[in-house]
Amino acid sequence: MAELLLSPPMLLMLGSVVLAAAPRNVLPRTVLRALLLALPVYSLWRFWGLDLGDYAQFELFGQTLTLVRIDPLSRIFVVIFHLAALIGSVYSFYVRDNFQPLVGVFYAGSALGVVLAGDLWTLFLFWEVAAVSSALLVWVRRSGRAAGAGLRYLGMQMVSGVLLLAGIVLLRHEVGAAPGWAEFRNLTGFLENGGLGFSNLAATLIFLAFGLKAAFPLLHSWLIDAYPESTPAGAVFLSAFTTKFAIYALARAFPGQSELIWIGALMTAFPIFFAVIENDLRRVLAYSMTNQLGFMVVGIGIGTELAINGAVAHAFADILFKGLLFMAMGAVLYRVGHVNGSDLGGLYKSMPITTGLCIVGAASISAFPLFSAFATKSLIMSAAVYKEYFWLWLVLLFASAGVFHHAGIKIPFFAFFHHDSGIRCKEAPRSMIVAMVLAAAASMAIGLFPLAEMWFGVANPFYALLPYPVDYDVYTTTHVITQSQLLFFSALAFATLMRTGLYPPELRSVNLDADWLYRRVGLRIWDGVATAFVALHRAGYATAGRLAATALETAQRHLGPQGFLGRSWLTASMALWVAVLLAAYLVVFYWRLG
Amino acid sequence: MAHHDHGKHGGKSYWLDRKGNVAKVFYALIAVDVLWLAADFFHKKKAEFDAWGGWADGGFGFYPVYGFVGAFLLVLAAKQMRRVLMRSEDYYERRRDGGAS
Repeated sequence: MAELLLSPPMLLMLGSVVLAAAPRNVLPRTVLRALLLALPVYSLWRFWGLDLGDYAQFELFGQTLTLVRIDPLSRIFVVIFHLAALIGSVYSFYVRDNFQPLVGVFYAGSALGVVLAGDLWTLFLFWEVAAVSSALLVWVRRSGRAAGAGLRYLGMQMVSGVLLLAGIVLLRHEVGAAPGWAEFRNLTGFLENGGLGFSNLAATLIFLAFGLKAAFPLLHSWLIDAYPESTPAGAVFLSAFTTKFAIYALARAFPGQSELIWIGALMTAFPIFFAVIENDLRRVLAYSMTNQLGFMVVGIGIGTELAINGAVAHAFADILFKGLLFMAMGAVLYRVGHVNGSDLGGLYKSMPITTGLCIVGAASISAFPLFSAFATKSLIMSAAVYKEYFWLWLVLLFASAGVFHHAGIKIPFFAFFHHDSGIRCKEAPRSMIVAMVLAAAASMAIGLFPLAEMWFGVANPFYALLPYPVDYDVYTTTHVITQSQLLFFSALAFATLMRTGLYPPELRSVNLDADWLYRRVGLRIWDGVATAFVALHRAGYATAGRLAATALETAQRHLGPQGFLGRSWLTASMALWVAVLLAAYLVVFYWRLG
Repeated sequence: MAHHDHGKHGGKSYWLDRKGNVAKVFYALIAVDVLWLAADFFHKKKAEFDAWGGWADGGFGFYPVYGFVGAFLLVLAAKQMRRVLMRSEDYYERRRDGGAS
């Protein structure tokens, strides 16, 4: 029982519920916050002491479920999810209210449940808990827009849940027990090379369920729609978990699935066009998140040990640097009240520390040498080269230049530099700065570890966490030179476009994306159906009403006080008419006889 | 980089507020780029791909050209996408205030 309650998912989820339920006079805010931070720290420390294997198994409805299965793939996600919960909580202490960190830690617990799940039922359970708890983090903004976005977000998450459930039920039907990952592979006829043919319906449904949360093209708009509508802290928590456990799930169930290569390539290339013209800087980050997820999906699709290592390492690094960028933009949102590129500029004067930390995040996502993505994305790029995917490699290279363009330059440039908007505000609150420093330090550490290994022979603790052994030199002369060339010339393109006035100005606007299909087209169709139904209903109602009115009028005319049949008749006239009737009857009777 | 308020809001004058200094940053970037391009003279790369006669990842100036042209065309293409995709800021909200339905 203790093993169950003290497992990472349960510890974080139950812990945050207990803290939320504790009365205020028993637990002062500072104590509550200390305990809240202690949760992920203690959980990670406990987890670190465990060997690989299955833990916390229990019986439910006659099936054996495994809450915790530690293997090299789940281990690294467990580590980064704990770090993300910790950093996000520290960041969110800028508000007096503890609702956000409590929900954030609970949500982190459910994400841990997903990556540790030893069977698909357990996975599904946490998949749904994560959907609901993360929707709270959108709604916590308490604005009309956030309310709508949160609802659409939850709707899409539920679609993923239903697809997953349908897939699992089909699998369960074939296995007759709680399906685990091994059964999944056996039953879906998974081939080591080339993946499965999607002839298996269960596998297809599960693929789509994972793909929706990993923001596959056309299934991605919930992310772009909802994350930027959250609070500063809410977006930091949101950016860390859902998409990354989807990447974990894909890496677990579909490594080497060749369709993923081109799905991922589309994901890396398309969002950057949208990011260039987007005005809301946190929405730019949401687009760049889809782009980064694309690199991971490509890595899973290639499926070699190097590529899977790259995908997982990049997921780890992305949580840190994307979190850092969301935190920096969250600090601007908190101090200025908006993050519209069109109305910002010159904030480096007011927020120099945030500016510096944002630049570290920008350098990290752009994969500059010495920064994290250089040591992670390169694994995926090299895996593509080794498998001789030439066109894929060109797309990824273009996307890398594009990342630097919109996330590396656009974000810090339009927020902190550009022309002075005249906005003067305070530097970010201390809690925000502490959290950003933690994420920045971790991002730099990931970039510097391989160098320390090369120069001083210090073993790289980050690469040691990866699912497969790493035999890869990141800091080769060729790699440093080519990457720097790509990035610096991409910067030159930006500077040239700015100085020649060709660069599109930041405009207050909304750009249509796939969500237009359900927010506009779908709504129009729904409106049309509803209008037609109402019209039909009204027409039917009116006709029935008219008929009833006519009947009533006729009856009234004949039976009313003035009506022919409603008049008072003389008894004598009635007797006369009866006599006439009897006479007529007599005539007919004799005529019939004759 | 078009407008500069010579530190008139904060009272304090910053180095980047002077227009000439922004130009200096631009020229410094060009200088750095020239140096990175020159690196191709001194360091020979091994081509992994046969495509394009091995120029793609082994030839002189491939990465600089690809980075510059890629980023340049990216922005120009995105700019054209605005014609189709851009709507006013309250596009999705307008409907509720007595629009279509």
